[in-house]
Amino acid sequence: MNRAIKFLIPLILFLIAVGFLAKGLFLDPHEVPSPLVGKPAPRFQAPILGEGSKTFSSEEMKGKVWLLNVWASWCPACRDEHPVLMAMAKTGQIAIYGLDYKDTDAEAQAVLKEHGNPYNTVATDADGKIGIDYGVYGVPETYVIDKAGVIRYKQIGPITEEILLTKIVPLLKELER
Amino acid sequence: MKKLLLIFLLVSGTAFAGEAKPLAEDPALEARLKAMSQELRCLVCQNQTLADSDAPLAEDLRREIRTQMREGKSDQEVIDYLVARYGDFVRYRPPVNSHTALLWFGPFLLLFIGGFVLYRVLKKQASGERFEAED
Repeated sequence: MNRAIKFLIPLILFLIAVGFLAKGLFLDPHEVPSPLVGKPAPRFQAPILGEGSKTFSSEEMKGKVWLLNVWASWCPACRDEHPVLMAMAKTGQIAIYGLDYKDTDAEAQAVLKEHGNPYNTVATDADGKIGIDYGVYGVPETYVIDKAGVIRYKQIGPITEEILLTKIVPLLKELER
Repeated sequence: MKKLLLIFLLVSGTAFAGEAKPLAEDPALEARLKAMSQELRCLVCQNQTLADSDAPLAEDLRREIRTQMREGKSDQEVIDYLVARYGDFVRYRPPVNSHTALLWFGPFLLLFIGGFVLYRVLKKQASGERFEAED
């Protein structure tokens, strides 16, 4: 009996190691947990895309649940995400605001014209300064911000239909209550 | 003719020297930036430091750090600013806290366990018994 256990120990240790390694295989190292979740969303004021001198202020959103989607015309993954945003906008469940990150107004407007515009308003962040405040390190990134102006969720990378249905929609329902 | 060639070479030499611009107006600040950005991770290409990376975000962050240093912020204040936005992951030297305790102390724990096992084995051998795992 003792002998059997002695031989089983390495096998068990091996299986534990395999378990950890298998988990590691399915983790995306590019998903860095954001320290901003649970913290107040950084305030910003920025020019509105295509509206000349008008600006958008994050303060206007106090008391509303909203989505801040950081995107750019030069970002292919944003194009993948675009249909999901369009579908979300069509339901009217949530106000989607865009932050056009390190982009030119002309190119951003061309993309919206060609593929449709899911955004209530698009603020522009030409030099990426607001992006730094939000801890953006790759676009697209999306923040769910609650009525008190607190970031409740951050999506790194495109929102897929699955993420929308399993994570964002349930969260929105909870926040709207 | 030789003289003319010499003059030409000299002149072109100074022209080249003129093209190599100094890296910054403030070498002390640049040195500080360099030292700090070697301790920070570029979040786009994660195995590069902020100093090594050519990613646009790394450039932006270096610019931001430079601006803050010019405003007279200390190194610690700038690092805190970045950690607040990007998390501890931005630092190459993880701080000691409850999340990283296993990372910091795990090796010592393993060393202790190994030492304990070795002690048991040696003790058994010394007393003339054949080693047999008891548990």
